[in-house]
Amino acid sequence: MKRVNAVVVGAGAAGGIVAKELAVAGLSVVLLERGKWYTAHDCRKDDLRNQRTTPLGNAFGPEDDGNPRVWVDAGGTAHTTLPSEGGYQNDAACVGGGTLSYGAQAWRYLPQDFRMKSTYGAPPGSSLEDWPISYDDLEPFYEKAEYEIGISGDYSGTPFHGPRRRPLPMPPLPPGREFSILEPAARRLGLHPFHIPMARNSVPYNGRGPCMRCRWCVGFACEVDAKNGSQNTVIPIALNTGNCELRTECMAKEILTDDRGRARGVAYFDDRGHLQEQLADIVVVSGCAIESARLLLNSQSRLFPKGLGNRHDQVGRNLQGHHYTGATGYFDFDTYDDIGPGADIAITDYNHGTPGLCGGGMLANEFIRLPIHMLDRLPPGTPRWGLGHKQAMRQWHRRSIVVMGPTQQIPTADGRVTVDPSVTDKWGLPVARISGNVHPHTFEIGEVQAKRAEAWLKEAGAINTSLSAGKPGVVSGGQHQAGTCRMGNDPQSSVVNRDCQIHDVDNVFVIDSSVHVTNGGFNPALTIMAVAYFASSALVRNWKGTGFRS
Amino acid sequence: MSSRNKSSRLTRRQFVAAGALGGAALATGCHSRKYADWEYLTEDQARTLAAICDRIVPADDFPSASQAGVLTYIDRQLVRHYRRHQDAYRQGLEQVQSMSRTRFGQDLGALSPPQQLEVVSALEQQSRPFFDLVRRHTMEGYYGSPRHGGNRDAVSWRMLGVTEPQVRGRAQYDLTKGQPS
Repeated sequence: MKRVNAVVVGAGAAGGIVAKELAVAGLSVVLLERGKWYTAHDCRKDDLRNQRTTPLGNAFGPEDDGNPRVWVDAGGTAHTTLPSEGGYQNDAACVGGGTLSYGAQAWRYLPQDFRMKSTYGAPPGSSLEDWPISYDDLEPFYEKAEYEIGISGDYSGTPFHGPRRRPLPMPPLPPGREFSILEPAARRLGLHPFHIPMARNSVPYNGRGPCMRCRWCVGFACEVDAKNGSQNTVIPIALNTGNCELRTECMAKEILTDDRGRARGVAYFDDRGHLQEQLADIVVVSGCAIESARLLLNSQSRLFPKGLGNRHDQVGRNLQGHHYTGATGYFDFDTYDDIGPGADIAITDYNHGTPGLCGGGMLANEFIRLPIHMLDRLPPGTPRWGLGHKQAMRQWHRRSIVVMGPTQQIPTADGRVTVDPSVTDKWGLPVARISGNVHPHTFEIGEVQAKRAEAWLKEAGAINTSLSAGKPGVVSGGQHQAGTCRMGNDPQSSVVNRDCQIHDVDNVFVIDSSVHVTNGGFNPALTIMAVAYFASSALVRNWKGTGFRS
Repeated sequence: MSSRNKSSRLTRRQFVAAGALGGAALATGCHSRKYADWEYLTEDQARTLAAICDRIVPADDFPSASQAGVLTYIDRQLVRHYRRHQDAYRQGLEQVQSMSRTRFGQDLGALSPPQQLEVVSALEQQSRPFFDLVRRHTMEGYYGSPRHGGNRDAVSWRMLGVTEPQVRGRAQYDLTKGQPS
């Protein structure tokens, strides 16, 4: 197999961008993806089998057979779990990764989100830290992501955002009914509601048409290809250069190293299950926080007995997603308009600045709900089953609004990914083992956020409300998973430097949400993309033919 | 359903697309067996399970769980995605039968609805994991996609006032309009 300049593991939000940036700069690239390449034709509108609601499995991988993980509960008991079950913390396994089927909220983090420790101090028991890069460092790359991926929205309604040089490339979609109900209420409360930035065409862009406003959005592939992910933007560009080869259904086994401790390529199982070696000058790991950590930990050798980049036992730690809390409001008039994507209004007034709280989070109305999502979202006191439940479904499905938000998590060193000593997947590779819990202060912030959501709904005319502010007994990861290969200046307490290069091995990079030191109070996709552009830019800048300057 | 009438006005291009759907519908038809011909359940188990499901989603102006095909949904998944729950169903259904016979001297399926409700409520108290499993699967079958055998004719979606099939904005797939542009 021909040696290449770079092998990139994972064709998701970050891997697609890295492959494109390197290929355009003239490097030869192999992009490995363990899943398939789905297209708009694979958009099955199935309430029970999509990427968000999964009783019958994930539509875009991984499949339940042969891909277990292990999670450890608060009492220390280990459970083997399937990709369609909650404890698995699944994202996706396909070309595009999560961006094929996400809701496509495309947020910039706020300047304070990059210096959480300086702003608040680290709460006891936490591993809260500042990023080694600032919002200003990332700003040009946020902008690049907004224009290359294609983002619609309008920030002009809120003062709570970092400085930006250009507006978004597309206007927001016309507001839905929930927007028109929630917007004046937020203003009456002195808040600053505005249109959610979305990686979704509101007008023709990048050669594809606009959103058709259907309800099968978050969790589904877009039938008219109006939702923008890496699979319909950067990856096609990478392939068109002629410098990038995408290999699907290829599962990375380990990063290969030589006697001097440098990486020489990646061993992987191809689509027929045969073990292959792809040699390369550099290796980029972009498998998302859980799988990237797993690949490093499974890459053990004489020089790296605990796994690559793990000399100081940092790989896999600080796993964090978001702690989602909020409220449902019940109204005496129809709020449901059956117009997608549903989520269209947000406030960022509560992300920072509440005395006594280490941050907060954005609040937004929820994506359009499928009937299956209403089952356990009925007013307090509704019977769980029977005629009362059925009639409540009928009464409230069209007369309710959900406001939720991703509370920024306070990371802990104990929330972590390791590899399980006994459970293996269908390739015989040790699986990810997820343990630890959410920091208690995160729950406190989440509770305050839920009450704020409730107050907003009441102001909007809700005649009844219910709060969602649970305290799950497991660390949060899922589709917003981040943090497991922390970016930092100190090799003792981080895994990669500010250019996403592993401290230990100068030709291995981790470029994805794993490097997020903290995860903002927002959906992370656009930040993953901006970091990928930022790190790719450094990589290309330092590239010297068959190696690079470190 | 008006969607059936629409097929008579299909253009050739739409006919090809509709053919794929029709094929799926035909395949579905092959699976909808006679009551006595379940893929996993025995006839006795099916009767007992129907009684439980119909307490979880009873009939009113709209059909009950079993009337909407929920048993077909559960039965099918018990040999597919829910194979791992086969033991739970076998043991759980035995348990509820013995509860029913102890209380009322008859099988659950033969009891009056109020008596069934009493047994099912007792089941929820005594055997919460099994009851919650059946509750979850019943709701999935009733409110989920009709593709899997439940929610027959999208009855629950019509009950909730959610359009089906959805046509808004889908000009290129809108079968009520002319040739796609």
